Amino acid sequence: MNAHAIAQSGFLRPIRRSRRPLAALIMVVALAAAAGCSLSGGGGDGDGPLVLVTHDSFALSEGVLDGFTAQTGVDVEVRNSGDAGRLASELVLTKGDPLGDVAFGIDNTFASRVIGQGVFEPYVSPAAQDGAQDYAVPGSDELTAVDYGDVCLNIDTGWFARHGIAAPSSIADLTRPEYKGLTVVENPATSSPGLAFLLATIVTQSGGPGQSEATTQADRPAQDGGWQDYWRALRDNGLKVVDGWTQAYTVEFSGSSGAGPRPIVVSYASSPPAEAGADGSAPPTRALAGSCFRQVEYAGVLSGTDRPEAARELVDFLLSPEVQQDLPGQMYVFPVQRGTPLPAVFAEYAARPAHPLTMDPARIGTHRDAWIRQWRDIVLG
Amino acid sequence: MSAHPGAEERRGVRRPAVTRGGSATGRARRGVSWPLVLGAVPVGFTAVFFAWPVVAIVHRGLVDDAGRFDPAAILALWWTPEVGRLVAFTLGQAAASTALTLALGMPVAWLLARVQLPGKALVRVVVTVPFVLPTVVVGVAFRMLLGEGHLLGWTGLDGTVWAIILAHAFFNIAIVARTVGGVWARMDPRPEQAARALGAGPARVFATVTAPRLLPAVASASAVVFLFCATSFGVVLVLGGTRFRTLETEIYLQTVQVFDLRMAAALSVLQLLAVTAALAVAAAARRRVRGTPASPAAARVARPARGPRRLGAAAALAIVTVVLVVPPASLFVRSLRFDGGWSLHAYRILGTEIAGIRPLDAVSTSLRTAVDAALLALVLGLLAAVALDRGRGRGKELADGFMMLPLGVSAVTVGFGLLITMGALPGDLRRSQLLVAIAQAMIAMPLVVRTLLPAMQGIDDRLRHAAGVLGAAPLRVWFSVDLPLVARSLAAAVGFAFVVALGEFGATSFLARADEPTLPVLIGKLISRPGADNLAAALASSVLLAVVTGAIVAVIEAVRVADVGEF
Repeated sequence: MNAHAIAQSGFLRPIRRSRRPLAALIMVVALAAAAGCSLSGGGGDGDGPLVLVTHDSFALSEGVLDGFTAQTGVDVEVRNSGDAGRLASELVLTKGDPLGDVAFGIDNTFASRVIGQGVFEPYVSPAAQDGAQDYAVPGSDELTAVDYGDVCLNIDTGWFARHGIAAPSSIADLTRPEYKGLTVVENPATSSPGLAFLLATIVTQSGGPGQSEATTQADRPAQDGGWQDYWRALRDNGLKVVDGWTQAYTVEFSGSSGAGPRPIVVSYASSPPAEAGADGSAPPTRALAGSCFRQVEYAGVLSGTDRPEAARELVDFLLSPEVQQDLPGQMYVFPVQRGTPLPAVFAEYAARPAHPLTMDPARIGTHRDAWIRQWRDIVLG
Repeated sequence: MSAHPGAEERRGVRRPAVTRGGSATGRARRGVSWPLVLGAVPVGFTAVFFAWPVVAIVHRGLVDDAGRFDPAAILALWWTPEVGRLVAFTLGQAAASTALTLALGMPVAWLLARVQLPGKALVRVVVTVPFVLPTVVVGVAFRMLLGEGHLLGWTGLDGTVWAIILAHAFFNIAIVARTVGGVWARMDPRPEQAARALGAGPARVFATVTAPRLLPAVASASAVVFLFCATSFGVVLVLGGTRFRTLETEIYLQTVQVFDLRMAAALSVLQLLAVTAALAVAAAARRRVRGTPASPAAARVARPARGPRRLGAAAALAIVTVVLVVPPASLFVRSLRFDGGWSLHAYRILGTEIAGIRPLDAVSTSLRTAVDAALLALVLGLLAAVALDRGRGRGKELADGFMMLPLGVSAVTVGFGLLITMGALPGDLRRSQLLVAIAQAMIAMPLVVRTLLPAMQGIDDRLRHAAGVLGAAPLRVWFSVDLPLVARSLAAAVGFAFVVALGEFGATSFLARADEPTLPVLIGKLISRPGADNLAAALASSVLLAVVTGAIVAVIEAVRVADVGEF
């Protein structure tokens, strides 16, 4: 009986008839003591800290959130929830009995999942008029824009110089024969930059020339458009698709420290500054400004919080100079508030596209899943 | 374990007298149903932190748009070619992965069990460490080996199903080597010696004497490996190149990206059925093959490698080196490279703040949480093992299977289920770091039970009787007879619970607090940020995690090596 299973294994090998049980028990106790054993106490009730629910990429410099505590006397606790997609799903699942008081990190590709669902309370921060309002979701006052990042094609400039090939300059260039086998992209079903790039190709390849503004084609049916032909051509041109940004950028891309084989990757406008030398020397990579799709990240007050006042103050605080200045260096995104100074490498090496590609969150929400399915059929077969 | 059929019979004689003690007074005085009472604690724990969340989230998916409960609808979702392909691929890759894991693991099991080897404890450690490395790290390590332009890029394995199968073998060889190796090492060598004396060649001895007796262990290891491969998430997602999808990854996609809870629920139920079926088949296989008598007073079964055995040992060591050492070693080498030269930079920045966290702080968070998880798993696993050892009948079998299930259910299903249920408990555990330890304990508990149960079943009941006759109360009997005899297993169990908790990534990344990530969660975070420093810190942290894990496994091995000499 039960002879089996995981554990009767070696792991799992029973050790019988030991004559030194004490030694064994001491080992257990020592292990516990060495690690400063503590059954970590529960938390959360009553006057506990204000909880900020966010995604895994959230990071602020040490002490920045202490500024909020100093201002308001309220502690902040940060709680992760995977990527932006999982964050959105979690917030909808727990609406009415929220995991925290404020959420940060819903982006424009997932905004439609939460807006109008009773997940967020309407709130427009007074600080938003200094820039954030320009990035707001059209027709909704549930979400406050906090930062934006542009998903752009990144190229390894050194690779193209070494091989004597002219670097590509646009999304359309990637299907040309000289760039065969050079591009790696993320799967839009599993990766947010992957999805942004798919949307970028829909914006640029579906409409006629010069039609980069999404609203002008909002009424087009999802099936319509040259973007599918574009992806067929890209597939036939030796495209590599990987699951997520990490694999694409650190393993496949030649310009990062992973030193992979492919010189063209879908990443961010802010990736090149991260590759700049410690001494401030120029990075070996460059973002193509014409290929950039804008992702905006929002924060909001969760419905059902028992401390709406403090929650609103935290949203305001995310728009304060302390946080806005800290965003580029920690999260590789741009501040939404006008006049926020940028770190030197950012100011110098990050692409600032004059006309980024955009799309109405509602349109993304309507077609996202159908587009991804079509993409999957075309590219992965 | 089946190594001791006699023990069962002996208990069978005793039990009716105790557990079925007829009179009410006897029942009260001797605490007759105490296996039930003890078992209720871990079963209740599993019910609250596993079954309830899973049922709640699946129920959520079975409610239609109008709010009506409509379980029949999932049947319609099942009968599509797409779901058929998912099931076929899930089971097919799991079967192939299990086959490769067995093919590579059996020689290693033989090496550990039957060959005298200097530094064998080191081999054991090397074999065990991969089992507890975070999948995201292993995924990246494999890609850095197999990707085009990398060391093994010429093999063309990258992006193929073979990369997935190979990575599964990398993770799970430990299970085969240790499960089968453990039984092999304690197997009575006399039948083999007799067969040899009667003129059978080594191959024939293996086929007719050794192999049949190893079958239960092989079946048991295969079932567990199959379970892990069928439900593996990170490996398929990272190495599948998005081309390959299993039930587990599809549940994730449908829940997180598409937010189609009905489809996710339908797939979760399907996966649960498949896992239950796999466990049942394995149990049936084990029931048919009975009894592997243990070595009497542990005769030494390991012999030096001479002649043809030397070749076998070399082959097994080659497997260990190529499959188990090369991927982590290449990770180690990479962690020493910075800016095109050799440097300890990656290790120096572990003490500095990066991504808002000091990696060394994450180490201490990991250790603390893993201690909590290991203690919790130990207490619950011990109660469960005692209950299963003393309990009997159908209820026991059910409870046994029930506590294995957490190994086979999608982490996303459990994670989302916890979110919608734990809010209903007082104190809202969803916000507590304690939930991380609880989740890790759920994962480690089956491991603890499986380590302790065989040891308990190996105890000669006559010792307990003797103590009882001498006047010891049941609790006293347990402390002075059972506890000393299983103490080593207990130490090993808590050690492995500890390393499993230390390396756990899936559930932990779901629940850990952002400002207090565990080391695997921090590695996952670092590796998804651009910049040479982030990658360097991620690689160095991975090496650190592997070293800490290896050190703990080595301590466990040290306890065990002494064990061998004692008999």
